[in-house]
Amino acid sequence: MLTVLLDGLAAGMLLFVLAVGLSVTLGLMNFVNLAHGAFGMLGGYVCAAMLNRAGLPFLLCVAAAALASAAAGVVLERLLYRRLYGRDHLDQVLFSIGLVFVAGAAADWVFGARQQLIALPAWLSGRVEVGPASIGAYRLFLIAACGLIVLALHVGLVRTRFGARLRAAVDDAVVARGLGIPVPRLFALTFALGSGLAGLGGALGVEVLGLDPTFPLKYMVYFLIVVAVGGANTVLGPFLAAVLLGVVDVAGKYWVPELGAFAIYTAMVALLLLRPQGLLARAAER
Amino acid sequence: MRAGLTRRGAAAAFGAAALAPLARPAVAQGEAVRVGLILPLTGPFASTGRQVEAAVRLYLRQNGDGFGGRRVELLVRDDTGVAPEVTRRIAQEMVVRDRARVLAGFGLTPLAFAAAPVATEAKVPMVVMAAATSAIVARSPFVVRTSFTLPQVTAPIADWARKEGIGNAATLVTDFAPGLDAERVFKERFLAAGGAVPLELRSPLRNPDYAPFLQRVRDARPQALFIFVPSGEGAALMKQFAERGLGEAGVRLIGTGDVVDDDLLDAIGRPALGAVTSHHYSAAHDSPENRAYVEAFAAANPGVRPNFMSVGGWDGMHLIAEALRATGGDANGDKLLAAMKGRSWTSPRGPMAIDANTRDVVQDVYIRRVEERNGRFWNVEFDRVPAVRDPGA
Repeated sequence: MLTVLLDGLAAGMLLFVLAVGLSVTLGLMNFVNLAHGAFGMLGGYVCAAMLNRAGLPFLLCVAAAALASAAAGVVLERLLYRRLYGRDHLDQVLFSIGLVFVAGAAADWVFGARQQLIALPAWLSGRVEVGPASIGAYRLFLIAACGLIVLALHVGLVRTRFGARLRAAVDDAVVARGLGIPVPRLFALTFALGSGLAGLGGALGVEVLGLDPTFPLKYMVYFLIVVAVGGANTVLGPFLAAVLLGVVDVAGKYWVPELGAFAIYTAMVALLLLRPQGLLARAAER
Repeated sequence: MRAGLTRRGAAAAFGAAALAPLARPAVAQGEAVRVGLILPLTGPFASTGRQVEAAVRLYLRQNGDGFGGRRVELLVRDDTGVAPEVTRRIAQEMVVRDRARVLAGFGLTPLAFAAAPVATEAKVPMVVMAAATSAIVARSPFVVRTSFTLPQVTAPIADWARKEGIGNAATLVTDFAPGLDAERVFKERFLAAGGAVPLELRSPLRNPDYAPFLQRVRDARPQALFIFVPSGEGAALMKQFAERGLGEAGVRLIGTGDVVDDDLLDAIGRPALGAVTSHHYSAAHDSPENRAYVEAFAAANPGVRPNFMSVGGWDGMHLIAEALRATGGDANGDKLLAAMKGRSWTSPRGPMAIDANTRDVVQDVYIRRVEERNGRFWNVEFDRVPAVRDPGA
């Protein structure tokens, strides 16, 4: 029972780290970025390559994965995404889905179509007894690491100057620019942050979610569900949504395996009927 | 021009294929027999295609490319593995435009289904080197199979488990056609032998995580867990099986050899140790033919170990070559087909034959355990079921 709950929590937390960047670009920058998973995939491959080919320590690889994805985020934002901020959503969707296919083909070309496998360090393998339940050490690590990230993001967005400027820029970009807030740079930074988090999630997820060139397409639906259910304006909304969906998914597969993949969609429909604006979103449009 | 096409034994480059139709003389003795190899060389099943192609090329390089007085010219095309209509179109082009006299390859069942009508209509033998559903050979009287069938390799593990005293086994398969087939065959055989299947789990095809299913198995504590998942997914499943401590909980991992694919086994590593599977080929098969094969394959493809897909390609090419020898170089489809039926030989995998009536493969199936030797992981065979036929759909 508790094991199922903790497994679900770990899955949800991981989903959150992967998807929160999408919620940021969609909610704060009003940009539909279906290629978000590609940054996760990049992170995963960077981590796997460094771990398997260079034999570097796991945590270093994860950090490098986040940085590489963030850097790719900056470059692509400056070169490509920026041109589409003002365009309508269809253009953005078409552009970003195209990017997914390019990324998938590139990954296939460089790394091959097979699943990437990594070997975890000894301190992350095995199982830990938590009260009456036992849980994999790696899943416990996921919960702890992702919990820290959630906290940092929330505090960062609500309590820091960067967060205040960002929220101001989103509310009204013209006035914010008038006040001397460097809006384009802010957006670029935010985009990089979101991409970096996706890369981090991708690296952490290799062991649990697997990694192959179809990664961005395979998990796109999950990311979109998180953002749709969580609402796209906060950090806590998607977080709650991701955890809830993770737990429902795992618990559904455990208790009613016949329904298999449907539990998560049922949960999504129910939640959207109850809270069409997202879990924590204000009811009124601004 | 293009003397290479008419002079037997001249080593014309494969690139000649593009210009060849322009230079086609009247069907003369010594004209190359074109073999159209259609494989997934890109996309999610690329590893299948690469293994088969490598084996076919190795066979031709080792045995020369003249058989029964005819040179064999290989045409290789990529069908991406996911688009049956592409496979069909390529098969048509190869038969009509390139005058291929034999079609071969076919990575997955839907792709073989799509090409079968082309083979029937053109009266061209179609050698299935990879796809493994029972029904394929019935789709066209010109289909001959050198790979394996899923029921053929699934039934022996169920029998072995009962013989080993395993009374109840859970099943965990991916919810797609081959997975359901494996589940059905295993259950039928296991129940028939007096076993019980208390828990049957199916995981979605696009499954992020095996955790909940494995936890369910752990709590149910069967004596064994039979698994079947798409090639490549086996690694994740086995890692989580080990991580979740199912082995310590007394659950033995059994399955078909796909999950401990030789191509991936070293990458899976320790978590696979002790897994018992049934399959028709292991790179660790102890025979002079196989030792020579593995050595030559590794020399031609550094860092790659031949897997069960590769022997499908090797034996498929061998069958084509032997049929050509038997007809004295006559590439007539009916004659080639007649020469293929009933043929038997010793493959790297062990003795095998083509059933004269069903045109399906008959071969020994081995029970193997994953063991570590000198830091590498192998499927070590320890039991053998001779001359297994497809038990039928």
